[in-house]
Amino acid sequence: MNEKHTISCLVENHFGVLARVAGLISARGFNIDSLTVSATEDPTVSRMTIVVDADAIKLEQVKRQLDRLIDVIGVTELSEGKFIDRELLLARVKNVGNEHVELERLVQSTPGAKIAARSPGSCVVEAIGDTNMLDQFVEQLRAYGIEKLVRTGRVALEKE
Amino acid sequence: MATTKGAKILVECLKREGVEIAFGIPGGVNLPTFDALYDSGINVILTVHEQGAAHMADGYARATGKVGVCLATSGPGATNLTTGIATAFMDSIPVVALTGQVRTTVIGNDAFQEVDTIGVTRPITKHSFLVKDVRDIARTVREAFFIARTGRPGPVLIDLPVDTTVAEAEFLYPEEVTIRGYKPKILVDAAIDSIDQANIERAVEAIARSRRPVIYAGAGVIHGGASAELLELAHKTRIPVTTSLLGLGGFPETDPLSLGMLGMHGFEYTNYAVAACDCLIGIGARFDDRVTGKPDEFAKQATKIHIDVDPSSINKTVLVDIPIIGDVKAVLRTLNALVKPADTGAWLARIGEMRKTYPLIYRKKDKVLPQVVVQQISAATKGNAVIATGVGQHQMWAAQYYQFNHPRSLITSGGLGTMGFGLPAAIGAQFGRPGEVVWDIDGDGSFQMTAQELATAAQHHLPIKVAIMNNQFHGMVRQWQDLFYQSRYAQSRLNPVDFVKLAEANGCVGIRVERDQEVRPAIDRAMRVSDRPTVIDFLVESKEDCWPMIAPGKPHDQMLGTYESLKDAGGVPQHRRISPDEEAKLSLG
Ligand SMILES: Cc1ncc(C[n+]2csc(CCOP(=O)(O)OP(=O)(O)O)c2C)c(N)n1
Repeated sequence: MNEKHTISCLVENHFGVLARVAGLISARGFNIDSLTVSATEDPTVSRMTIVVDADAIKLEQVKRQLDRLIDVIGVTELSEGKFIDRELLLARVKNVGNEHVELERLVQSTPGAKIAARSPGSCVVEAIGDTNMLDQFVEQLRAYGIEKLVRTGRVALEKE
Repeated sequence: MATTKGAKILVECLKREGVEIAFGIPGGVNLPTFDALYDSGINVILTVHEQGAAHMADGYARATGKVGVCLATSGPGATNLTTGIATAFMDSIPVVALTGQVRTTVIGNDAFQEVDTIGVTRPITKHSFLVKDVRDIARTVREAFFIARTGRPGPVLIDLPVDTTVAEAEFLYPEEVTIRGYKPKILVDAAIDSIDQANIERAVEAIARSRRPVIYAGAGVIHGGASAELLELAHKTRIPVTTSLLGLGGFPETDPLSLGMLGMHGFEYTNYAVAACDCLIGIGARFDDRVTGKPDEFAKQATKIHIDVDPSSINKTVLVDIPIIGDVKAVLRTLNALVKPADTGAWLARIGEMRKTYPLIYRKKDKVLPQVVVQQISAATKGNAVIATGVGQHQMWAAQYYQFNHPRSLITSGGLGTMGFGLPAAIGAQFGRPGEVVWDIDGDGSFQMTAQELATAAQHHLPIKVAIMNNQFHGMVRQWQDLFYQSRYAQSRLNPVDFVKLAEANGCVGIRVERDQEVRPAIDRAMRVSDRPTVIDFLVESKEDCWPMIAPGKPHDQMLGTYESLKDAGGVPQHRRISPDEEAKLSLG
């Protein structure tokens, strides 16, 4: 049975490492939901947070295949409940008439959301939260007419 | 501060890695490297084509266990290497490929002969490096050889922009290599993880409980130098041993416990034994689809134990019950100290019966049979030669009819199935083992893909022997077309070529064989030639089929071309491998 899994991968901060990781995952036929690369406390090391949709056996394969890459220092699967994950969302929403007030209200009542920019015809809403929360927020935003939307993909860290 | 040119640093590092020989072709951007190698003491062999260079490095590595080295210039030189690199990658062979690259300042500009070699080879190398700074050369070479030869071995590529090799730097040799992302289980005495230790104990119990166990050994036994340990395990437990194509030679086929090769063109009785076994012990093998057929039907009733150095090969195609990750030699030593003999008397007797009931078989024809040629080569060399092959029917006949008794005696492209591998691989093997007899058992199709390397062999007076099974077909393709495409021979017929003339044109001895009685004298004559290559053009039966065969996706007990199906059609059974008195000893056991 397929499920979403979050893999956290410490890699050498060399050029070409992203190509290796992405190439491996696609060559093995795994589907990536999201992949983020970011700096860590150590400038020579980056962290990749990869969300894949896979069953348990395939997941084990992805992890082992990743671990086989020389530039991958460590691979851990973050297990449910033991980690914090966040995404950032930016959405440009049409902003006309009375809806404006309602949109302001929605944004104010949503933790982690705010209006980041306003212009005469539209505004850009930003929101930070976990994937579920952002999914719900997107649904609520639809009523106001989303013109464009972008999400960073998940970053995650173990709680302890 | 004394400085040294990058190319000189490179060569010095190669020497410290123990490199004695390298194969390749120079060109614009790797001239500094060739110049530094020129008087270095490393024997640099000019090949005719870079594919030849990569296969020679591979054949050398397979024959000796050392790292093979090949060199090419940027662009077309590097792309010509790729088939050879992929071949080595699929069979886990330690090769280091040194490619030239355009100047760092023009990389990415579509400069003359620029190809993104790292990008092209990323999926077919264990690792690769682009060296942009002369100060990184020494460390890179050190790491490349370490990565190539340890863990599950494989090819590593170093891409060297020309300005890096002409720049100067202080030569600092790193004595130690530490790569934080790479911790292979390299040492034979490496501590075995507790989880694997527990699984070793479970394996001991499973073996003791089993009544119909089979060991399935792969190339990992040979790469890991664990043949002696495998022999000990088999003898201690009295468990019979089958090998994959690449595992041939890892267990002596003269041993009464040898079952020979399993899989698509494996022995009938061997595949029946695997289908019936209740405990399968996979050692350094990767459950390739040519071995397993339909994965969920493979050894269906068996408790499966899998010992492998590469965690990612566990549960990849076949789910196993007891995985043991570790250096094969170290694991086998631990296992051997714990195992007890299994109660396999009845099972061995049953296998002995099956061996007699389902021998290999072929029908005599008017023309020479390729199977007979292989049998005669096996007899003439007493199973002590190094055998390289191309890919196709002849490769399978070599595997079936040659009796392999020593590790590193079969050199064949198993994973990638690269036609054209045989001749250059034989050349590499002969360079690595100069005093020994090296044969290339080849097909006319495969041979022609790299036949130009005869010139390389002749130039160095290598006494390799090439046996071409000249059936004027891409025989394996023709067989599949007969089986699955109503004999529509779409592009499988080959134009007849006079290989004797081709041999002579290259300075080799050429012999043509058209009749049975000429087979052995020609082989014996080739064995006497010691100063140049010999090519024997065996004009063999053109439509001989390779049997038995498991059709793709079918289980092991449903084979085509079985003994039963051929015996009444004038087939001559080929009892081989073990002698009758060994057979008798076996049933006593
Ligand atoms: C480079 C390459 N191209 C194509 C194939 C597909 N192929 C597999 S076997 C075969 C025919 C081999 O013919 P030959 O070398 O004459 O050997 P035979 O089967 O006749 O013994 C072909 C074309 C391959 N394995 N490798």
